[in-house]
Amino acid sequence: MLSNMTMGQYYPVDSPIHRLDPRTKLLLTIALIVAVFLVKTLAGYLLILGFIYLAARLARIPFRMLLKGLKPLRLIVLFTFVLNLFFTAGEQVLLEIWVIRMTREGLRQAVFYSLRLVFLVLGTSLLTLTTSPVALSDAIELLLSPLKRIHFPAHELAMMMTIALRFIPTLLDETDKIMKAQMARGADFESGNLISRARAMVPLLVPLFVSAFRRAGDLAMAMESRCYHGGEGRTRFRVLKFTRADLAAAGAMLLLLALVVLERIYL
Amino acid sequence: MNDQVRIQLENVSYSYEDAPAPALSRASAVIREGEFVAVLGHNGSGKSTLAKLLNALYLPSEGKVVVCGYDTAREEFTWEIRRRAGMIFQNPDNQIVATVVKEDVAFGLENLGVPTDEMIPRVESALAAVHMSGYADSAPHMLSGGQKQRVAVAGILAMEPSVLIADEATAMLDPSGRQEVLSTVQALNRRKGITVVWITHFMEEAALADRILVVSDGVITADGTPREIFEDVEGMRNLHLDVPRMTSLAADLRKEGMPLRPGILTVEDLVKEVERLCPLKSGI
Repeated sequence: MLSNMTMGQYYPVDSPIHRLDPRTKLLLTIALIVAVFLVKTLAGYLLILGFIYLAARLARIPFRMLLKGLKPLRLIVLFTFVLNLFFTAGEQVLLEIWVIRMTREGLRQAVFYSLRLVFLVLGTSLLTLTTSPVALSDAIELLLSPLKRIHFPAHELAMMMTIALRFIPTLLDETDKIMKAQMARGADFESGNLISRARAMVPLLVPLFVSAFRRAGDLAMAMESRCYHGGEGRTRFRVLKFTRADLAAAGAMLLLLALVVLERIYL
Repeated sequence: MNDQVRIQLENVSYSYEDAPAPALSRASAVIREGEFVAVLGHNGSGKSTLAKLLNALYLPSEGKVVVCGYDTAREEFTWEIRRRAGMIFQNPDNQIVATVVKEDVAFGLENLGVPTDEMIPRVESALAAVHMSGYADSAPHMLSGGQKQRVAVAGILAMEPSVLIADEATAMLDPSGRQEVLSTVQALNRRKGITVVWITHFMEEAALADRILVVSDGVITADGTPREIFEDVEGMRNLHLDVPRMTSLAADLRKEGMPLRPGILTVEDLVKEVERLCPLKSGI
């Protein structure tokens, strides 16, 4: 049952956005984050919202899938909103009850700061929804590879990510198996308060860790016997290629950034 | 058959750290090109240690291991040895690196620095050789154990090795998976002439080999064809190793006074022998 869980958020459909080079998508997401922090007027925020909406439409991602990414962050967004609403100094008081003071500036900042957070999540969700984790780790490796010269372990980092992704379903299966074995012997993972439930996890975690270490040892040996000796002199089976679509996407992002800069200067 | 020596063990000993007795002591053997050699032994007999010595994963404490003409003790040959003598391991889950089958098959080629254009056809033909072409784009965790082991074989095959070492590759599989993997490797041995070292504790599998090395307590105690090896029913039992059921039945019948000829491994062998001794009268 655990293994039915989908890996990450990746939403596998075929779209122009899905087909973009993962490196492009990663860089564009970073650019989008910069844009989100640059805008300061309502027009700017609408511009970015429009951009995200268009990208999501192009990627054929249903909007509710995008919104799902916001769910874990709803408390933080709410917190940001409330904090900014009541604790921003300002001249124009809109509402004052006892010590609680709401100002026009506070309202403005609350709305914009929360929107900023929402856009950040939407932008990054767009990346993870349209890019498989493996493609993403490829992109990270290739983008960071210039740093290899200063001994940054770009290849090792990507290899670890790939292996982690490869073993998630295996370890989930194993968790399931151990859980059932413990349940057959009377273990109870469901009832009791938080502490007793956490304590019930110990007999689950110990065998899982032991087996994970054993697997790691086995895998290291198997990798060595297949001539793995780090990233040096290694070629790649998956080749990433920039296409005209990547150029177009970069163009669209540059346009957005230009508009955002104009907005910042003139509005 | 070519007589070129693929693997040569000369008085090889290996001890693990902190172990009182060596895992393998003074082992000597020669394996020639195209042979299918089974290494048979019970748990802890040293047969897995032997496998790892053949791939330069372990280096002998004493003696010399020469694989495809390269001494494993010479560090500069390590990668050359591992390319030529590929190894598949016991646990199908713990030897697959990539999240997609074809990428895993390409893993060894990537490590060797094979150019991408050359990699693609080699991956395809390796997958075809183990009959897994239809699963090239599958995720490994969706495959059965036997299929995973065949992917592992393909990963080795893509590197175009001359020796395939299987370290209990079927021990964790169900009977049909075991059959799948064994027959795939047998076909590679026959068609491509790949030398196979098949480490196992299943005597039914060992019985299919050209030759068997029996390992017990770190010593190679017997070396011969399956018929020769299994004929010594008592000796095998003393080593806590089974012999094929028909061989053991034949031994019991012989004890009861039936003059069966030696070398019985299968039901057919025994039937033929019994028919020879007591020809069926027509009309029964």
